[in-house]
Amino acid sequence: MTTRNPRRADFPLLAANPELYYLDSAATSQKPRVVLDAMREYYEQDNANPHRGAYALSARATDRYHQARERVARFLGASDADCLVFTRGTTESLNLVATAWGHANIREGDEIVVTALEHHANFVPWQQLAIARGARFVVCPLTSDHRVDLDALRTLVGPRTKVLAFNHVSNALGTVNPVDKIAAIGRAVGALIVCDGAQGAPHLRVGFDTLDVDFYAFSGHKMCGPMGIGGLIGRRSTLEAMPPYQFGGDMIEFVRDEESTWATLPHKFEAGTPNVGDAVGLAAACDYLDSIGLDEVLEHERALVRLATERLRAIDGVCIYGPKPSERSGVVSFSVAGIHPHDLSTVLDQDGVCIRAGQHCAQPLMRRLGVSATARASFYLYNDESDVDALVRGVQRAKEVFAGSELNEDELVPCRGAR
Amino acid sequence: MSDLQELYQSIILDHNRRPKNYGSLEEANHRAEGRNPSCGDEVRVELRVTDDRIEDVRFTAAGCAVSRAAASIMTQSVKGKSREDVDRLFEQFHALVTGKVHPNEQEARAMGELAAFAGVARFPIRVKCASMPWHVLQAALRSDATATDSATNSEPPTT
Repeated sequence: MTTRNPRRADFPLLAANPELYYLDSAATSQKPRVVLDAMREYYEQDNANPHRGAYALSARATDRYHQARERVARFLGASDADCLVFTRGTTESLNLVATAWGHANIREGDEIVVTALEHHANFVPWQQLAIARGARFVVCPLTSDHRVDLDALRTLVGPRTKVLAFNHVSNALGTVNPVDKIAAIGRAVGALIVCDGAQGAPHLRVGFDTLDVDFYAFSGHKMCGPMGIGGLIGRRSTLEAMPPYQFGGDMIEFVRDEESTWATLPHKFEAGTPNVGDAVGLAAACDYLDSIGLDEVLEHERALVRLATERLRAIDGVCIYGPKPSERSGVVSFSVAGIHPHDLSTVLDQDGVCIRAGQHCAQPLMRRLGVSATARASFYLYNDESDVDALVRGVQRAKEVFAGSELNEDELVPCRGAR
Repeated sequence: MSDLQELYQSIILDHNRRPKNYGSLEEANHRAEGRNPSCGDEVRVELRVTDDRIEDVRFTAAGCAVSRAAASIMTQSVKGKSREDVDRLFEQFHALVTGKVHPNEQEARAMGELAAFAGVARFPIRVKCASMPWHVLQAALRSDATATDSATNSEPPTT
């Protein structure tokens, strides 16, 4: 057995389970000790309700929250930290835009364009907005190797297009989208550009200031941070022009009996007591990722994806979806002829190999792939060749378990993956 | 036998490969569909019920081996049965797959091929794969005659 990745020692859960092969980081990453320590330290030393108390402890909590925002904004390349709104995660961020911006700006006859690669969180909020406002909801098709079809997008986006929403990286296939090219198509018609960065921020330098998008949404728990925090970065002018998303404490300026006015950014979009402990944890996650370097993280993942792709492809009956490894992040989505992904996952689980099996919250994509589900192995900075070995061993074992029970030829789903 | 061999025994693999009563039933007067949104499994059950007896039954399923085999074996065991019989059979089956009962050899023989699902008890996450076809069957039995009902399975994974 090859020696395990020394970075596993930074992650208490992985360090305590040397025989665990965690290949589901696209669902949620493991958490390094420095993140857990930062959160504990905050609660043990600085915890109070920020922005409220006129006492030193509350001022410390306020400072910690403010520092966390600046740190996370810097990680994502946003120089104006007030334009980073903390949310529960990508899903809430996208709902915030679709609800607050959408209901104020979308009219009957307008068009909202998304792609067939989207996670439900960047699909359903727009679909529902379109239904509520009488707008047209348009889904851009994919190329045969499961990338956004830019030629089709150019014909679908027109003068009525008010929103163009797409992901930075596909959660189901790992496809890395050309953000600038897609955004330019929307910019040409003056559409609002919304990028779902849930799978982008953990692996790629975002550089929000130089990225030509209006909104970028992300989740902390996929980038070594705690669950329950993420954010939305927007352009100041757009955020200031938008109505609030939720109402309550912390987000108001004056409350009169007849009407109210709103606090300045970012507080206008952060009603209620903020999630300081998780923000502190997320800031520590940014420190951790920067200490390694995202370029190094991506290179490491791609090397493992390349190895896994080669070795899986050599197994009879394995079909791999998505573009070539150089055009994706750390995800390998695949199927094995005659073995349902759910059954495959159960067999792998017996040997401590954790993969995702199912629709990956991307039913529109699964329909277009012509499958009811796929198996997905996703790699991150703590994975290593042993994980690939265990994955390949597990797939072979599943084939043995199911040996002789292959489905009839006409029942097999043809492999339409871009191999 | 390992846990895996116990789960994927040949009876289950055979029914997955060559399911019985597979397809649609033209003269059906009760129908239901079930879906497991997390994994994408879909089961459709069609019945012809006369005088509270299941005269005939067909199913289609897109899903894992456990759910397909469970649906296939279920259709075999409920033909000619009343609603009450079906409820009793499902109760036994559910107790088996959740590990609440461990039938002896004689009891297992009485359950027929349903007993092959005892191995599911070691895989709590897979209980709903085995029980979903039964929920769809029950929804079909409750459905108005000739109408199509829908039963999305929202059962938590461990029940």
